[in-house]
Amino acid sequence: MATLWVGSRKGLFRFDDGAASWQSAGPPQFLAEPVSAFLDDPRDGALYISLYHGHFGCKLHRSDDRGKTWVELPSPAYPKSDAPDAPALEFVWCFAAGGADEPGVIWAGTLPGGVFKSTDRGQTWVLNEALWNVPGRDKWFGAGYDHPGVHSICVDPRDSRHIVIAVSIGGVWITRDGGDSWVIGGYGLRNEYMPPDQAQTPELQDVHLMAACVSDPDRMWAQHHNGIFVSDDGGMNCRESLNVKPSNFGFAVAPHPTDRNRAWFAPAKKDEYRVPVDGRLVVTETRDGGVTFASHSSGLPQVEAYDLIYRHALVIDRTGQRLAMGSTTGGLWVSDDQGATWQLLSAHLPPIACLTFAP
Amino acid sequence: MVAKVRFTSHLVRHRPAPMIDAAGATVAEVLAAGLAGDDLLRSYVLDEQGRLRKHVTIYLDGSVITDRLRLSDPVGPQTEIYVLQALSGG
Repeated sequence: MATLWVGSRKGLFRFDDGAASWQSAGPPQFLAEPVSAFLDDPRDGALYISLYHGHFGCKLHRSDDRGKTWVELPSPAYPKSDAPDAPALEFVWCFAAGGADEPGVIWAGTLPGGVFKSTDRGQTWVLNEALWNVPGRDKWFGAGYDHPGVHSICVDPRDSRHIVIAVSIGGVWITRDGGDSWVIGGYGLRNEYMPPDQAQTPELQDVHLMAACVSDPDRMWAQHHNGIFVSDDGGMNCRESLNVKPSNFGFAVAPHPTDRNRAWFAPAKKDEYRVPVDGRLVVTETRDGGVTFASHSSGLPQVEAYDLIYRHALVIDRTGQRLAMGSTTGGLWVSDDQGATWQLLSAHLPPIACLTFAP
Repeated sequence: MVAKVRFTSHLVRHRPAPMIDAAGATVAEVLAAGLAGDDLLRSYVLDEQGRLRKHVTIYLDGSVITDRLRLSDPVGPQTEIYVLQALSGG
């Protein structure tokens, strides 16, 4: 049985794939609490959730019984300082499991722009100081939030010490020594809204999501603020996909896990609108490494749709056969045929922040 | 000085937060004593820098505290401290 976790503005929902169709498992856990990140750890089956309480701060919980019960964990904490403007955690934007050779290692990308590491399944967290103090981060700035944030952490399945992250706004950063040192990547990205002489500055790139092909992690995809970019060297260098219809703007990308040339996107009318182009919600797919794109609309609303797909709300399962997509207006769809047709699971959920297929 | 500290029911929904009697000369000292041993509950009220969370308010004998950064407002005898969510930020 397949399971789809739905992190929403009002709690964590679960849908299960029964014999014939997807069924909601019922009311959400953490009802009324906004979910900012979720992880279903493929190594031990533990679940991690980040809740972004409006009043009381960001809180983490872990479940060791597939969501039946949860234990609260300490949240990542920035180093103590007496400065009045000393950083404090706003929220966790993403989790990533460490490698198969690193049981218990969990990474968290945060706002303000930090990467935290836990080596004990979330019981304690340590800020990665090398990234926090990396030369060039003075150029980072917030995009939609007061501070920059880390939303993408890609751990290389071939080498757990090789990690690629992306920052809005702060570009692509790469470590090959487990976070002891970082170098800037993302050469070739282009940020159209910056002054022309700054448009290609790597530290000023507004990547919305960075993701890798699981079986070939050198192939990476970036849904950037002003376009779709492809990398053949693990994010160090990128090239732009041109003439993407109906739009090259969006937040999400779902790479095929084994076919390096395939990926799916959820386009929107850029960037001051952020709604489906002409009110038609579509998913675009490339099968040739970002040269050409097909548009899929079967099963998706095609009249007066205002669904926007956030960066963690378009996902693909480990087989590469099934996709899921959730929207800001509470629409949830699943495709069992690689995006060709879509089945509406609900049109009435809270705004959806993140989706996760159980591994 | 010994103060009584009460928490909003909105917080109690997330963490057990019984009324506390704790000693201290300032709000910071009272909270430090009252929340000692419960770092998770403390994190609902204060951020990791010890500042009052942006969308949390503390009433001290009927008045909002003035020092949200260091919580240095003095505590008198018979003081009652109410920790509640602000109207902003929900």
